[in-house]
Amino acid sequence: MTLEVFLFVIFSAVCLASSLLMVTRRNPVMSALFLVVNFASLAGLYLTLNAQFIAVAQVIVYAGAIMVFFLFVIMLIHPEHEKRFLEYKPMLRIFAVVIAGLIFVQIAYIIFFSKPSEGVSRELAQSIKAGTVEEIGRQLFVNYVLPFEAVGYLLLSASIGALVLAKKKFK
Amino acid sequence: MQIPIEYYLVLSAALFVIGVVGVLIRRNAIIIFMCIELMLNSANLTLITFSSYLGNAIGQLFVFFVMAVAAAEAAVGLAIIIALFRNKLTVNIDEINIFKW
Repeated sequence: MTLEVFLFVIFSAVCLASSLLMVTRRNPVMSALFLVVNFASLAGLYLTLNAQFIAVAQVIVYAGAIMVFFLFVIMLIHPEHEKRFLEYKPMLRIFAVVIAGLIFVQIAYIIFFSKPSEGVSRELAQSIKAGTVEEIGRQLFVNYVLPFEAVGYLLLSASIGALVLAKKKFK
Repeated sequence: MQIPIEYYLVLSAALFVIGVVGVLIRRNAIIIFMCIELMLNSANLTLITFSSYLGNAIGQLFVFFVMAVAAAEAAVGLAIIIALFRNKLTVNIDEINIFKW
């Protein structure tokens, strides 16, 4: 078992376990903390895929900024604990889980049936080159300048919109 | 390469389905929002997997844009949740039915 396989197994196990725990915890703060663990393990998976820049951005943007924001909102509005899984509309919830499981089986069947690994031949040098900051920066500022500027305007308008929405309305 | 691409894709599908289950069974608007973030991340994992296996940087660029849009979406969505909480004093989505008549 090489290091790559070992890291993949560890990170994907942590990822799946923390996402399951996130969905099932009743305390919202615990859910948010498990989501942070999930994002960190996803960053590890990105590293095993040679995507260094995105791995760092994942930790800074998601596990750092967005989750702190979530925790702030949880702190501010302090939501009450939910009922247990089967106390509220049990048939509906079991039905939702069964349908989602069926969809997962379907997707997994399609993935293994279509055999995408025959179409891709992963060359390690090219894969490492694609994930560097240099290559992503070149693509971003040569071919994708307009979307980059548009994303800047989107973030500006989103922050203004958040301010307007969350502001206290004075009579 | 050691790991076939299918394993990454199935992991991503599993994360997406867990997010879907979370959206369907939870009643707390904030946790539903976190499940949506989880689903966005599973889509990111698929994009990065193909980007890495094909040796093409465009997929990772797209993930960069998805992250920016997710940050904007989180800001606006949480502001909406705060505004709702200020009016209804709850974030339970069964009690937030202002569009129902």
